Amino acid sequence: MRKNLNVIAAYSIMMGLIILVGIFQSWNIALSIFNLCLISAVMTMGANIQWGYAGLINFGIMGFTALGGLAAVLISVNPVQEAWSAGGINILLSLFLIIGIVLAVRFVLKKYQKSKIRSYIIAAIIILGIIIIRFVSEPGIEAIEEVNPARTGFLGGLGLPIIFSWIVGAFFAGGLAFVIGKVALGLRADYLAIATLLISEIVIAIIKHEDWLTRGVKNVIGLKRPAPYEVNLQETEWFINLVEKFNSGKLALISDLSERQSALNQFVIEGSSVFVKLCYSGLFLVVVIILLILTQKALYSPWGRMMRAIRDNEEAANAMGKNVVKQHLLIFVLGSAIVGIAGAMLVTQDGLFTPGSYRPLRYTFLIWVMVIVGGSGNNFGAILGGFVVWFLWIEAAPIGLYLVNLITAGLEDTHFLKVHLIESVPYFRFLMMGIGLLLIMRYRPKGILPEKIEIK
Amino acid sequence: MDFLNALILLLNYIFVPALAYGSQLAIGAIFVTLIYGILRFANFATGDMMSFGTMVAILFTWYFQSMGFTLGFLPTALLAIPFAILFMGLYMLIIDKFVFKYYRLNKSPPVQLAMVSIGVMFVTQAVVRIIIGPSDRRFFDGEKFLIRANEFKEMTGLNEGLAIKSTQLITIVVTLILVSTLFWFLNKTKTGKSMRAYSDNEDLALLSGIDPKKIVMITWMIAAILATIGGVLYGLDKSFKPFTYFNNMLPIFAAAIVGGIGNPFGAFLGGYVIAFSEILLTYAYKKFFMYVLPESMEPDGLIQLLSTDYKFAVSFSILVIVLLYRPSGIFKGKIL
Repeated sequence: MRKNLNVIAAYSIMMGLIILVGIFQSWNIALSIFNLCLISAVMTMGANIQWGYAGLINFGIMGFTALGGLAAVLISVNPVQEAWSAGGINILLSLFLIIGIVLAVRFVLKKYQKSKIRSYIIAAIIILGIIIIRFVSEPGIEAIEEVNPARTGFLGGLGLPIIFSWIVGAFFAGGLAFVIGKVALGLRADYLAIATLLISEIVIAIIKHEDWLTRGVKNVIGLKRPAPYEVNLQETEWFINLVEKFNSGKLALISDLSERQSALNQFVIEGSSVFVKLCYSGLFLVVVIILLILTQKALYSPWGRMMRAIRDNEEAANAMGKNVVKQHLLIFVLGSAIVGIAGAMLVTQDGLFTPGSYRPLRYTFLIWVMVIVGGSGNNFGAILGGFVVWFLWIEAAPIGLYLVNLITAGLEDTHFLKVHLIESVPYFRFLMMGIGLLLIMRYRPKGILPEKIEIK
Repeated sequence: MDFLNALILLLNYIFVPALAYGSQLAIGAIFVTLIYGILRFANFATGDMMSFGTMVAILFTWYFQSMGFTLGFLPTALLAIPFAILFMGLYMLIIDKFVFKYYRLNKSPPVQLAMVSIGVMFVTQAVVRIIIGPSDRRFFDGEKFLIRANEFKEMTGLNEGLAIKSTQLITIVVTLILVSTLFWFLNKTKTGKSMRAYSDNEDLALLSGIDPKKIVMITWMIAAILATIGGVLYGLDKSFKPFTYFNNMLPIFAAAIVGGIGNPFGAFLGGYVIAFSEILLTYAYKKFFMYVLPESMEPDGLIQLLSTDYKFAVSFSILVIVLLYRPSGIFKGKIL
């Protein structure tokens, strides 16, 4: 108990802060912060597995998040029959062609010795394949995008419950990570960072511009929900009774009957959105706890010990007969898959998929700040980092506004400096993140909750 | 005649824009490569440092304009560059003193320095946005075109016009002057040679009496010059927006690695490799073939290899291919 005191203290402070937001601002805001904290925690766990356990830098978090989001769309949206009949065959044919190209390249790689001619043959196969695919897919894509472009214009999905997409998102992200890992894991640390950053940009470019698959920048809205809708809740009997019970004290104070009724209506409307958010919180909490148990078990298993050995001294681990390349690939895939889950969760919560909103600053660098600040190598630290940083990211604007008012208290309200500073309050969050990261890296390089390895 | 038309078409839409864009990338890539070679880390604050320098230049440009100071047909921003470089250098030295120096003295691994540079990126971005705001700014004044498309058509009697913006010419000329001075400095002067020695083998350089403090300071000053000029040239040619500058970091990195990181000349060529391949692969060649081929063989489609949406993706794919087959870059940089 004693040795875990700092963990418990840190988490209680964090929860206390969120509860304070609930009391002073509103429970709605507090819960939406809490939900995004949970999603960020899942992302940081993914990044922490790669960086904290194995020392792999993955700056492609944005790409894996977007793939998870794509999974949510492809699983939950109802299939667009017209689009399938218009161009489905071409798309399927192109898919088979891609598989054919991959198989052909593999065949050439296996069959022939390494030589210049082999490289040329492979290049020729790929280029020829791409040209054929373009010819096959172009009419199909055009036909699909012409089907009711204002509302669909894409193939749609499978029409399954959106919860399944959390698993499928993990598989999508893991699959991409497998390919990237095969290609890039041999690179030295900072090259790997740059390579993954750029590859994630390629992924986003494809998601943004392949309208037949994702609707691109036209966005997909109105995704299915795993939680009830507010409008339906406001009309259900038991929910109104529940709200009445909760607020009976306040309602009893109002004597006038019609006023009491309108107050109750107000409470029901507020309560319904809080209730929906609570449903999401419950779902997300389950995911976080399952992942936490799994990652903790892995960390203290023989496998976890091996990963740390590889991280701390690659050559020695190699000499002991551990397959470093294979283990790196495995952990890269696992971590990315967890990030993919987070991506699907994020889209599930928002109910919409906006490819244009995936930007490296928010989805890659911010997650890295979370990992570093929280404490790399320590799962509790990583989760805490997700909470702290996201909380600050959201609350930076009010804090910034307070600080600006404090500093410029002597100035008149119309003074140009004060007006300018108040206008730029939203950017104080970047400043806070940067200074926070620099301070932590300088004075507490292992994060708020440092990695602790106990030998049992 | 048709052949000439086709040639002018390519010059107008591919060669001139790619040359200007490539020059802007090349300056940024040399900046990245210098920091990597001498200070030994991948600087993720590259784009934001360039936007900081440009911001100062814009503020000075506005000041000069309000005083009624202009350079006539040249943009006033050129006058503001020296002042901006001073501020940029000061900012970089301050950052080095308070942030990077500690890790350099502790001999931290490059990864840690790269992480720290992300912190610097956040701070710089905040500073730029707080001072000048996140919106699009155009600060170009003076003569916009060197040759207008219409004038060119009248002059030569061809169907296709060739338009050269003055900013494009300024970019290319300034880049050539800057880069040749830099190479002269690195290869011929004693300080430049000691910088290269330090980059090659730090311990040996220290043994032979090279002062690391001086090397680091000069590197930051050169970096300030490159960042400011590169940023201002890009801003003059297109426009200044902090977010675009942050994104420009990516093709700049690609250029530096393609050219072989740590090798300034490679980075210079890498900029053009990236720019030309981006534009060549995303240009629609329909009109070109209409001029070159006989009428019966005219193409129906746009003859575009990739849609322009994939412009960035092209440079990144080139990078990935280079990393796979020649990880030290086309022009042999540091071994990975």
